[in-house]
Amino acid sequence: MVNLLADGWTLTQRRLFRLRHKPGTLLTMLMMPSAFVVLFGFVFGTAIRVPGTSDYRAFMMPGLFAMTTGTALTTTMVEVATDQARGVMERLRSLPTHRVSVPLGQSGAEGILGAYGLAVLMVCGLAVGWRPHNGVLPTLFGIGLLLLFRYTLAWVGAYLGLVVRSARTAAGLTPLTLPLTMVSNALVPTDRMPVWLRTICEWNPLSSMATATRKLFGNPGAPGPDAGWPLTHPVAASLLWAGLLLLIFVPLSARRFARAGL
Amino acid sequence: MEDAIMYTEDVRKQFGDVVALDGLDLVVPSHTVYGLLGPKGAGKSTIMRILATLTRPSSGRAVVAGFDVARDPADVRQVIGLAGQDASLDDELTGRENLLIFGRLSRLGARGARRRADELLERFGIAHAGNRLVGTYSHGMRRRIHLIAGLLRAPAVLLLDEPTTGLDAHSRVEIWESVRQLVDDGTTVLLATQYLEEVERLASAVGVIDQGQLIAEGSPAQLKAQLGRHVDVVVESMDHLPSAMARLERLTGRCPETDGSRIVVSAVERMPTLPLIVSELDASGAVIRNVGIREPGLDDVFLTLTGRNIKPAEPVETPGAVW
Repeated sequence: MVNLLADGWTLTQRRLFRLRHKPGTLLTMLMMPSAFVVLFGFVFGTAIRVPGTSDYRAFMMPGLFAMTTGTALTTTMVEVATDQARGVMERLRSLPTHRVSVPLGQSGAEGILGAYGLAVLMVCGLAVGWRPHNGVLPTLFGIGLLLLFRYTLAWVGAYLGLVVRSARTAAGLTPLTLPLTMVSNALVPTDRMPVWLRTICEWNPLSSMATATRKLFGNPGAPGPDAGWPLTHPVAASLLWAGLLLLIFVPLSARRFARAGL
Repeated sequence: MEDAIMYTEDVRKQFGDVVALDGLDLVVPSHTVYGLLGPKGAGKSTIMRILATLTRPSSGRAVVAGFDVARDPADVRQVIGLAGQDASLDDELTGRENLLIFGRLSRLGARGARRRADELLERFGIAHAGNRLVGTYSHGMRRRIHLIAGLLRAPAVLLLDEPTTGLDAHSRVEIWESVRQLVDDGTTVLLATQYLEEVERLASAVGVIDQGQLIAEGSPAQLKAQLGRHVDVVVESMDHLPSAMARLERLTGRCPETDGSRIVVSAVERMPTLPLIVSELDASGAVIRNVGIREPGLDDVFLTLTGRNIKPAEPVETPGAVW
């Protein structure tokens, strides 16, 4: 167990070492969130009506927090697929390293980079008038929940990266995740959608996550009583989603890593 | 097999319809360099991958330092070092960072990994490049980092898969020098290569592998002895050629071949002395420009064993293909 955590941390540091040589990555990570805030907050946002509030950006920011957790999935997928294509994975598999440590390290790095990304996005949000209203503890809980969710998606990404194996395929799949994150209530309320689409959106884990964040930060956009269970119990649903995904993808990635090439 | 640190028994490996290993039996004695010689696609990398626990045999058994690769892969990983073409480095990190990470994952501890990495970088003469990104390295430097990565734990067995393929002559000699040092330090090296010169320079035992099977084994000298030696004569003109050839045949007991300017007698078991050959040729009336007794190279061994030449640069033709 101690070995596993030590190995995981070593592999987490591998990602962080790389940032040392490419500090520009940290700057690029600044651009995406600020572009999102401008694009959705000011370009689309002026045309979107959210019932019960006139402050779209206060509704939008928690949605963006939730939506951007999706990048954990794609970056981890690309990282893992690249390692595999290059043969770094072969090297790691020839070492007396714990089998789970590689995806553990990747998801750990993603968690740390995610915290930075979230901080950047929050600063952007504060700049355009978004505020958390519920005091320190619920706010911290909201942040913790977002990071947990991000961490969970990194495991999903690690598994997908092991499956696709080619860095190019992984990179090709990346843009597909954006629409998936948008079929949710992250940026628009679901109440005027056709019923079938609304159901899909409500069961999208990101919707629970966005709703939970809104609730914990005290931002507008709480769903009506007729909304599905994942939205009326968003915090519980988010925790369940995270638990379920980890339960599936941690063993799956570990197995896949241990067996790759056999 | 008491002094064998590593052996395989009837190892087969199939990838779909392709048979990569077809009943390979290999015995590698301790504290030696065992050369596994064969053309591309002969199965060298596959057996390396099996011994490194990266892939499992379809059937058969492979044992490294007493541990079965299929049953106790974790134990095998404790005793091997891999420096192969498959196992690679992270281009976006420096050479030293790569080594630190591999060292820590090999349970050397943070300080131990640092000390060992610096020691090996120094010893392999690339300490100056340790803090540069691997992506900027030359081929030779990369290979040396590969080699160091395989050595971090001072492994009992080093699996060295084509360590000098694509390297210039100078880097090649330097890598050879490093490998020799390792054996002096007590490491057993399994060296897969397509270069005949490489096994001749490094290995004390050679296995020739072709189409997934071991087709010959012995010391480089033994393998050569199977072939006898060659007499190689260069004549000034074609005059008296038949007479010279007849005399050579009588002398060596083998049938000479000629292309008009040169006479070669291959695989001579009981070689007459050079003065005797020269005086016979002189007596034939032929004008001789050069006479030599030549040791066969391992390419001769391969040609004799398989009827094919080793062509390192090209993929091996599939059996039955027209060429």
